[in-house]
Amino acid sequence: MRENRRQFLNHASKLLVLTAPAAAAWPYIRAERPQDAPGYKMDEHWWGMAIDIDKCIGCGTCVRGCKAENNVLLTPQTSRTWVERYLVDTDDMDHPRVDSPNAAYDGFPDPGPQPETVKTFYVPKLCNHCMHSPCVQVCPVGATFESPDGVVLVDKSYCLGCRYCVQACPYGCRYIDPRTKTVDKCSLCYHRITKGLTTACCEVCPTGARALGNLKDPKDPIHKFLRENNVLVLKPQMATGSKTWYKGLDGAVR
Amino acid sequence: MQGFEGFIYPNELELQWSVLIVLYPFITGLVAGAFILASLERVFNVEAVKPTYRLALLTALAFLMVAPLPLQLHLGHPERSFEMYLTPHTSSAMAMFGFVYLWYLMVVLVLEIWFDYRKDIVLAWQESKGLKRIIYGVMALGSRNLSAAALQIDERIGRFLTVIGIPSAFLLHGYVGFIFGSIKANPWWSSSMMPIVFLFSAIVSGIALITILYYLISWYRKTPVNQECVDTIARYLLYAFLIDFSLELLDLIHRIYEADESFKSLDFMVHTSLYMSHIIIQLLIGTVVPLLMLGSAQLFKIRPATRKLIYFIACILTLIGIFAMRWNVVIGGQLFSKSFLGYTTYKMQFATREGLLTAIVLLILPFLILAGLAHLLPPWDEEPKTARH
Repeated sequence: MRENRRQFLNHASKLLVLTAPAAAAWPYIRAERPQDAPGYKMDEHWWGMAIDIDKCIGCGTCVRGCKAENNVLLTPQTSRTWVERYLVDTDDMDHPRVDSPNAAYDGFPDPGPQPETVKTFYVPKLCNHCMHSPCVQVCPVGATFESPDGVVLVDKSYCLGCRYCVQACPYGCRYIDPRTKTVDKCSLCYHRITKGLTTACCEVCPTGARALGNLKDPKDPIHKFLRENNVLVLKPQMATGSKTWYKGLDGAVR
Repeated sequence: MQGFEGFIYPNELELQWSVLIVLYPFITGLVAGAFILASLERVFNVEAVKPTYRLALLTALAFLMVAPLPLQLHLGHPERSFEMYLTPHTSSAMAMFGFVYLWYLMVVLVLEIWFDYRKDIVLAWQESKGLKRIIYGVMALGSRNLSAAALQIDERIGRFLTVIGIPSAFLLHGYVGFIFGSIKANPWWSSSMMPIVFLFSAIVSGIALITILYYLISWYRKTPVNQECVDTIARYLLYAFLIDFSLELLDLIHRIYEADESFKSLDFMVHTSLYMSHIIIQLLIGTVVPLLMLGSAQLFKIRPATRKLIYFIACILTLIGIFAMRWNVVIGGQLFSKSFLGYTTYKMQFATREGLLTAIVLLILPFLILAGLAHLLPPWDEEPKTARH
């Protein structure tokens, strides 16, 4: 009886501070084998992102959704995701006009009438969750790391704030959070995707321009996306093993 | 926040590395360069530079003690910096630098200075009283033996340490170059030339600094500047400078000729925001002018007194030029967007943690440490009159 009561209190107290799946996973996390926990199996996932440029309308809902979900500062220089607008004049392909006002948090102002020779498109950006991340390579203490399920994460209790990783990222995806004085970046909403949800930016995108994909699941739609479209990663010459693929990416995009 | 033009990624609105990170390669370079000068006498038996030998060692130590400070002040969490030693990430150039630094400080510099000064420390301990006696007693580490055999061992170990010190000094500053040169995301830095350019510019800056210090100390002590010594140093400075300049020119020509995707962006930067610090200060005032001065002292018959003055001015210009070079690498590497579509600016603050005032204090600090070290361990002969001239 006494043992039962103790067990009950133990379980109840865990449930009080942890969500049900987390409480179930707790003993496995303590045993340093989180992959054995019921529910989320780390070794059954390998996360990537599919982005359809043609579908993006530059509304900035993803930026707002990300900042709200992840408690990100509203300044443009602290952006886990942002959207760029390209205005490429076919008369002058070498000099695209690009902007991202306030990281597209409020969408984009009307560019006004443009000559017929101008093409316009939007490019959502976020951490590419590279397989050979230069940011992970340079971190002096290993505070930033690639998780076994393919997400580049930061241990904020360990980060020195030396900013070497910010310099090493070719895509400008990292920044220092002035509140913690540590580096911050897109976590691919790790707290959501390990519970079977999609990322905040994918969740709120009104046109479905972004889709999270589990590459280890053969039935995941990302395989169809990669198979049936011409896809490209940003700056392929950097050979970072980016796992963010774009359909319809223009050569002007940097 | 900084001003910007064109398009930059939103996160690039904030410049990451400040003037303190400019100081870091500058100071480390002075250390490596000073040590190389000291090793000329010890390993390569260039007797003429002997008057600067101990001064160079102490200067290297004083500057090396300050070298980590700008990094510490820059960190968001300096209290965690020791983690670099406890849990280093082996693929990180920055983490490995910590060990290179420690090796150089403890194994090379401190040991070498100790063996070189051991006799003086023991003698000073015997002659002094009170607090000074305690200090020298601690510095002697219990060693009291001044027999000829013991002194010979000192000499042999000192020479051995200098021999391993030369590659260590190369490693120290070559490594600083690698920290920048290995960043493929940044075309202004990413170059296999970076470590070797850093190394030779380090040698140049170290020699220039020791020369200036030697002049200042001689004037302060009212002893004449040894003509043969400064002639020899100026010659080595010229050689090192010619190699350094050739390497930098090679890098420049290579970039201009290849003109890869980053070239237009970098070229624009060099002709606008970096024009003053790169073209005017680094290349013209800090390189071409001192090279011409040092070269003319070799080529033409110039009176010794005038030669001395030429060396002094050339060394000051050299130091300014090398500082500008560090500035142009560290700050210049952050003034353009990685999108190659825009530029940002760097506004130095004044009385902040990473401001100009801090930088000035950090640059004065090694001289104060050097004064303290020179007081305890005089790098010159005690009696000015007996000094060789």
